[in-house]
Order: sequence, then structure tokens, then C-alpha cells
Amino acid sequence: MPGDPILEAEGVSLRFGGVRALTDVSFAVRAGEVFSIIGPNGAGKTSMVNCVSGRYRPTEGRIRFEGQDITRLPTNRRAALGLGRTFQNLALFGHMSVLDNIMVGRHHLMGAGFLRGMVHWIGGARQEELRHRAAVEEIIDFLEIQHVRKAPAGTLSYGLRKRVELARAVALRPKLILLDEPMAGMNLEEKEDMARFILDLNQEWGMTVLMIEHDMGVVMDISHRVMVLDFGRRIAEGSPDEVMADPHVKKAYLGELDDEAA
Amino acid sequence: MEWGLLLQLLVNGLIVGALYGVVAMSFVLIYKASQVVNFAQGEFLLVGAWACWWLITYLQLPFWLAFPMCLAFMTLFGIMLQVVVLRPLIGEPVISVIMATVGLSIFFQALMKWMFGVFAQPFPPIFTTDRVSLLGLEVQSVYLLSLGLSACIMLGFWWFFTYSKHGLAMRATAFDQQVAQSLGVSVPRVFAMSWAISAVVSAVAGVVVGVVSGVSSGLSFYGIKVFPAVILGGLDSIVGAMLGGIIVGVMENMAQYVDSQWLNWGNMINIAPFYALVLILLIKPYGLFGTKNIERV
Repeated sequence: MPGDPILEAEGVSLRFGGVRALTDVSFAVRAGEVFSIIGPNGAGKTSMVNCVSGRYRPTEGRIRFEGQDITRLPTNRRAALGLGRTFQNLALFGHMSVLDNIMVGRHHLMGAGFLRGMVHWIGGARQEELRHRAAVEEIIDFLEIQHVRKAPAGTLSYGLRKRVELARAVALRPKLILLDEPMAGMNLEEKEDMARFILDLNQEWGMTVLMIEHDMGVVMDISHRVMVLDFGRRIAEGSPDEVMADPHVKKAYLGELDDEAA
Repeated sequence: MEWGLLLQLLVNGLIVGALYGVVAMSFVLIYKASQVVNFAQGEFLLVGAWACWWLITYLQLPFWLAFPMCLAFMTLFGIMLQVVVLRPLIGEPVISVIMATVGLSIFFQALMKWMFGVFAQPFPPIFTTDRVSLLGLEVQSVYLLSLGLSACIMLGFWWFFTYSKHGLAMRATAFDQQVAQSLGVSVPRVFAMSWAISAVVSAVAGVVVGVVSGVSSGLSFYGIKVFPAVILGGLDSIVGAMLGGIIVGVMENMAQYVDSQWLNWGNMINIAPFYALVLILLIKPYGLFGTKNIERV
């Protein structure tokens, strides 16, 4: 099922002064797959995602999205190309309603500019708004947050807020969605829900998923391929089984986790 | 007690207060979107009023043509200021940015005096009837226009932030610039837009005041009056700025009344808002509607 590479990173290095966050990391995410990045704390997972989303500029290397070099493209332009993301620490617009939060995600899809918006009723902006509302409602239904759509996002429970954040990223209609620890701090039930949403996004909505997650069980269950980072270097990449069997990975990461799990 | 005078001052307070509210809203707009405390807000009124005056007296344009042209000019003016002066300062310490706006304020005051002289210049008459009688009160017709315009601007702001794509983008940017960017919002464009809107809206207020009492550098005092209004309402609340402006307008006229009737200290109309400012900072430093943990500068 996975096809051509949609996202390619080539020799990406990132340094902050003397600190090497990433060193010569290369990988490719194929269209239609769920690709996970794992690694111990401080391994550079979030740095990698930030390079892809445009928050950081790599010191060296290039990043290509659908064959186009996006290494130096501003973040907002990447969103317009079809790159959506969620954040490790919740980053909702707390005072805005759930509906408005998700509508912001439609920003780049809304064509009506300022002037046409002013002549709301004759410029077609109204029909456009209705269309966007319909699209947003579809996402709300999908993520099962109908009951809170008018509530201020800041008042929701943690699990729901994570879901609203996912909805907002999905509203962009991204081809590739970057999920930075979508299940951090969730209980088992919430994790199962989230895993189901991610699989549905991938299989029914056709979104390619690039995910960072600590829960090894979930990662190994739903990922097609996994890349392991340690101290900013790629130490392994492959199917979950291959990665689990890799001696480097066992040494750097899973060895410790096995003790915990046992 | 002179009830007639009291009522007249109350109406004056409402009208002037609505103008303060409009200027305060445009001040808050810039603060919210780009975290810049704009000490040159008053000069927006000044530049706008002089631009309109120049179009009418020198180019002999009718008011209905000069006014939109002036607003178009102010749009460009706001964008230019943001792009040329403030964009390079993004990421610099707050105090540097404030100093830059203080510098802008002094620069434009001096420039306007140099270009148009130091004397107040009256606008040519714009309305055929100077005064209208409303419920037994004599009201200058330009004041009615002012009240109408203020109401329109306030409604416009409300519509813009609630329903328009760009208003939503601006609110998102005010919350978190990184996240807004990741959702496809161009933050530099939002900044430029906020300065443009702020300059235009302030210029409307500037023209109205200019029509009432002539155009002079005294107009920029509105930029200072904005501070009691926004501190009262909360530095980052648009609704608060509007209400704060109205309260300050009514309050200073009431202070004037009290002063003229009993105290006879003089000049209370100018000073009362600042007494209030100090009191508010002591009692409720984040204002009526502001975010509690706001950073004070």
C-alpha cells in the first residue's frame, strides 16, 4: 500500500551553539504509511519534527516534501502545501471555542480575502463559510467531540483537548500529519481511542502519519515503519519487528524499557 | 445643581469617550497582535487628520472623496511603519521597541509641525447644518457623525474578530504565534494588517476631532488619554478598551462638572483620568477585562 516517498530528509543536522541536537539524519516517509520516530528522552525526536514543520531550520541537510525542497520555506507556507502538526505540549487557543479553534485550521483553505469578506453577502464568502463549516462538522463527528463544539477549549479535559488539537490539524486537510506525542499522559482508554483515530485518519482519510510516541506498545501496533534516534543520530530503521530485533536499539533503548515492562 | 450642564457634559463625555474607545481599541489591536506598546498611537490621529485636511484645502477635494483617500493613505502608512520600523525589531527587548515607538511619536509630531505649522487649522465646514437639536439638547452634527462612526467601527471590530478569516487568524496569532504559523497563518502579514487597521481607525477619530476643534498637534494628546482607557479595561481586551474609553470620557466630564461647581481647582478634565489610572494600577492592575498575568512595562 505505501507508495512513493512523500517526505524525504537528507543528512539533516541541527546545532544550537555547541549542542548537537541532530547529526546527519536521513529518512523517507512513504505516502500512505504510519511512520514513527522513537528514542530515549533528548534523542532529538521533537527537533526532527520541528525541522520538518519549519519551527527550526536545519544547520545542514535538506528536507523535501513531495519532491519540493522545503528546507527554507516559512512554516505557514508548509501548512498550505499540506503539512499539519500537533504539539507535544498542548497548544490550543484556550479562550476560543472548539469550533473556532478548528476553523483556524481552515485558514489557508479559505479563499475569500479581507475585502471580499467585507461584502460578506455578495462575494460568495457566506457560501464558502458554510462549506467550511460542513467540513469542520465532519471532522468533529469523526473525532467524536460534538458535545463540546461550543465550549471554550481551555475548559476541556486533557484527553478531549488532545483530540481538539488533532481536529485542528486535520482541518488543514494535510497530506502528511505530524503528531508529537499524541498519547502522552493519557489513560489506557484514551490511548485506545487515539490509536483508533490515527488508524482511521491513515486508512479512511488517506493521510500519511509521522508520529513521535513513547508508548512502545502503541507504536509497534500501528506503525508501518519505525525509525530510532539516539543522541541525535539514526541508529535503526525498519518494520517494528526489525527494529525490535536490532541489537543497537536493544542496547540504546529497549533494553531499559524491557526491564520496566517486565 | 445645574441639571442642564450636567446632562450636556454627560452627553459630551459619551461622545468623546466613544472616540477614546475607538482609539483605545486600535491601540489594543496592535498590542494583542504584535505585543508592541505603541506610544505613537496619538500621532496616527495627527497624521490622518492632517492628511485629510491637506486633501481638502490644497487639492480642493470634496470631503466624501478626501476622507476615503485619507484612509487609503493611512492603510499604506500603517503597513510601511510596521514593515520598515517594527519588523526589524521583532525579537528585540520590549524596551527597545517602546523606545522606537516613542521616537516615532516625536518624529511625526515634529514632521507635522514642520509641514503644516504650529497653529490649529480649521476644517472647512462639512455639514450644511452646524447643530441639530436632539431631545432638547444642542448637539453639533459632527458629534452625531462621530458617535455613528464610533458605533460602526465597534460593530466592525466585533464582526471582524468573530466572523472573518483574518480576525480569527489575528486571535490565533495573539494566543500563540508558533501554532498559528503551523496552521498556515502568515504572522508577518497579521502584524502588518493590525498596524494598518489601527492606523486607519485612529485616523477616523483624528478626522472627527479635527473637524470639531481644528487640526493641531494637540490631537496627539488622544494617544496619551488612551492609557487610562486601556489600563482600565485591561491591556489585552478589545471590549475592555471600548468600555474603558467610554468610562474615561464620562469620568473626565463629570470631574469637570464637580470641579466647576464646587472645587474650583481647574483643569480637572485633563487630570482626572490619570488619577484614575494610578488608582486602578494600585487596586486592579490587570484592568476590568484583562488577562491576569499580563506583563507590565
